[in-house]
Amino acid sequence: MSTANTAHSVVEPSLMTKRIAGAIVILYAIITMVPLAWIFLTSFKSPPDSISYPPKIVFQPTLEGYCNLFTTRTRQTPDYIQSLGAPTSTCDEITRNRNMVIAGPSNYWPRFQNSLIIAFGSTFLAVFLGTLSAYGFSRFKVPLADDLLFFILSTRMMPPIAVAIPIYLMYRQLGLSDTALGMILLYTAVNVSLAVWLLKGFIDEIPREYEEAAMIDGYTRLQAFRKVVLPQATTGIAATAIFCLIFAWNEYAFAVLLTSGAAQTAPPFIPTIIGEGGQDWPAVAAGTTIFLVPILVFTILLRKQLLRGITFGAVRK
Amino acid sequence: MAEVSLQSISKSFGDNQAVRDLTLTIRDGEFVVLLGPTGAGKTTTLRLIAGLERPDKGRVTIGGQDVASLAPASRDVAFVFQQYSLYPHLTVYENLAFPLRSPARRLSADEIDRRVREVAKMVRIDHKLQNRSTRLSGGEMQRVAIGRALVRKPAIYLMDEPLSSLDAKLRGELRLELKRIQSELGSTLLYVTHDQIEAMTMADRIGILDGGKLVQIGTPRDIYSNPANLHVAARLGQPHINLLPAGLVPGAEPPVGTRTIGARTEHLEIRAANGNANAQIDWIEHLGDQSHLHMRIAGHKLVTLANPYVPVQPGDNITLTLKDPLYFGADGQRLM
Repeated sequence: MSTANTAHSVVEPSLMTKRIAGAIVILYAIITMVPLAWIFLTSFKSPPDSISYPPKIVFQPTLEGYCNLFTTRTRQTPDYIQSLGAPTSTCDEITRNRNMVIAGPSNYWPRFQNSLIIAFGSTFLAVFLGTLSAYGFSRFKVPLADDLLFFILSTRMMPPIAVAIPIYLMYRQLGLSDTALGMILLYTAVNVSLAVWLLKGFIDEIPREYEEAAMIDGYTRLQAFRKVVLPQATTGIAATAIFCLIFAWNEYAFAVLLTSGAAQTAPPFIPTIIGEGGQDWPAVAAGTTIFLVPILVFTILLRKQLLRGITFGAVRK
Repeated sequence: MAEVSLQSISKSFGDNQAVRDLTLTIRDGEFVVLLGPTGAGKTTTLRLIAGLERPDKGRVTIGGQDVASLAPASRDVAFVFQQYSLYPHLTVYENLAFPLRSPARRLSADEIDRRVREVAKMVRIDHKLQNRSTRLSGGEMQRVAIGRALVRKPAIYLMDEPLSSLDAKLRGELRLELKRIQSELGSTLLYVTHDQIEAMTMADRIGILDGGKLVQIGTPRDIYSNPANLHVAARLGQPHINLLPAGLVPGAEPPVGTRTIGARTEHLEIRAANGNANAQIDWIEHLGDQSHLHMRIAGHKLVTLANPYVPVQPGDNITLTLKDPLYFGADGQRLM
C-alpha cells in the first residue's frame, strides 16, 4: 500500500488529455445525477407542481410530500375542519389546507425499518460466512476446491428471479414467507457467492507467512486469523459489504413476491403510494429520497475501500 | 535454550522429495548454519522444526521432548522469515510486543514493555518504536524481525535467510550484529542461507544440504579444508574451486581411482616460466586489494586469487604446479 501513489503510466497525460477525460467524467456524472436531483426536487413540490407541464424547476417548496409519505389522511368537510382547534404540527396544517385530516401513521417507517434489518442483517451474514469460507478456500487443501468454487459462482450465472417460483413454494411450506428471517436467509444465499469470490481474492493476496509467524508466536490459527488476517483484509471486507448491502437494499423482485405485510421492505412499498388516492408523486419522491440516505452514508464512509474494491486485481499493494 | 534434534526426518510434497532421511542435532547454545542451493530442503527443515509442516517419517525433539503432537505455538521456537517479516498493520512496538501478548503467555503490561524496550535497544531500533512497520528501510525491518524473535526466550531460533533481501553493506553489518547477539545471549540458533560468507562467518557448525540430504556437517574450517565430496567443495571458496582431470597439472600425487582434482588458490603455485611453461594467463580481474587470475592449461580454464602486485600480464606464459590438492573419485567422493 505504501507504493500506491506511484504513477501507472510512464508518460504523464497531457493537459488536453486530462481536460477531455475530465469533461467526459463530468458529463457522465451529470447524466447519472439528473434523475436523482429530479427526485430530490420533486419530493419538495406540491402535487400540482409535480405534474405540471412544462416541468417546473423553480417552485414553492413544501413538505407536503414528506407529510403524505408518513401519514394516512381522510377527507373531511370544511365545517368539521373548522370545528377542530389550531393545527398541532406543520403536517397537520398542510393536510387541513387540502380539506383532509391526519388519520394515522403510514406504513413507510415500518417498511423502512424492515429494509434496514433485512439488508444489514443479510450483509453481515454474507460477509461473515464469506470471509470464513474464503479463508478456508485460500489457506486449506479443500477437497474439490475448484469444483466447489465453480459451484458457488454458478449460483450467480442466472438471474435470481429465475428460481422465484421454487423459492416461493419452498418458503410457503417452511413458513418463511413474509418473515424478516426468510428475507435475510434469501439475500445471504444470493450474496454469499459474491462475498466468497471477492474475499478469496483479497485473502489470497495476504501472504500466509504472517499467520505462520503468528502461530509460532504463540497464537492459535483462529487467533492468528483474528489478529493478523482480518486487520489486513478490512479493505476487502468493506468493499464486499458495500456490494452486498447495495444488492440487498435495492432488491425488488423477491421482495414483491415473498413479502406483503410484516416483512415488506421499502422498495415494494414505495410504488403502492401511487395507488392511494391519486398519483402522489411528491410522496413517492420523498420515499425514494429517504430510501437513498442509508446507502449514501454507508458508501461515503467506506468510499476509499470501495474504490480499492472496484479496482482490485489491477493495483498491486 | 535447549538441544534440538532431528532423527531420520523425511518430507515430500507430491513428487518432490524435499527432505531425505535427515539426522541433525543442534546443541544447546550452538549456532548451526544450513547451507545449500535453492530447493535443497533448507526452509522445509526449519518449517518441520517449527511445526508448520508434518514430517512423513522421523522424529523432532526439542529439549528431549518429542514435539510431533505439538502445535507451532506450543513448541517454544521463534522463526524469522525471509520476507513478509513484519505485521504491516502494526507499529514497530506492537510488532515486538506481539509474541508477548499471546494469550498463551499472559505477561503483565510492564513486563512486556520492559522486554520490548530491552530488545529494541539490542537490535538498535529503539528510536523508531512508534513507526508503522511499513515505514522502515529494509535493514530496519529485518532488525525488527530479528527483535521479534529475540523478545521471547525460546528453545531455538529458526532463521530463514533473514538477510538475503538486504544490500551487501547492510548484510555485512547485520551479520556481525546477529553473531554478537547470539553469543551474548548464548542462544541456540539454526540459520538457513545460500550465502557461503554468512555460513563461514557466523556458524559454529555448517551443515551442507543437497537435494534434501545432509551431505556433511562440521566446523567452517573443517568443511572448507576437508570437503566430503565435490558438491561440498564447490559450495565454499571464492573464487570457486577449480576442478581438473587427474594428471593435467604436475605436482600432485593422486591416490588410485582419482578422477577429479580440486584446486583452490592455496593449492596452486604459479611461477614465471623459464622455458617449461605449461599454462598461460588469459586475463586479470583487478578487485583492488586482490586480483583474480584467469588461466588456461591444455584447454582447461582456472581461476585463482593473486596479490595485485604480482608482475604478470595477460598472455604471459607461466609454470603451474599443484600443492596438496583435493582428490575426488569417479563417484565424486573425496579420496584421502
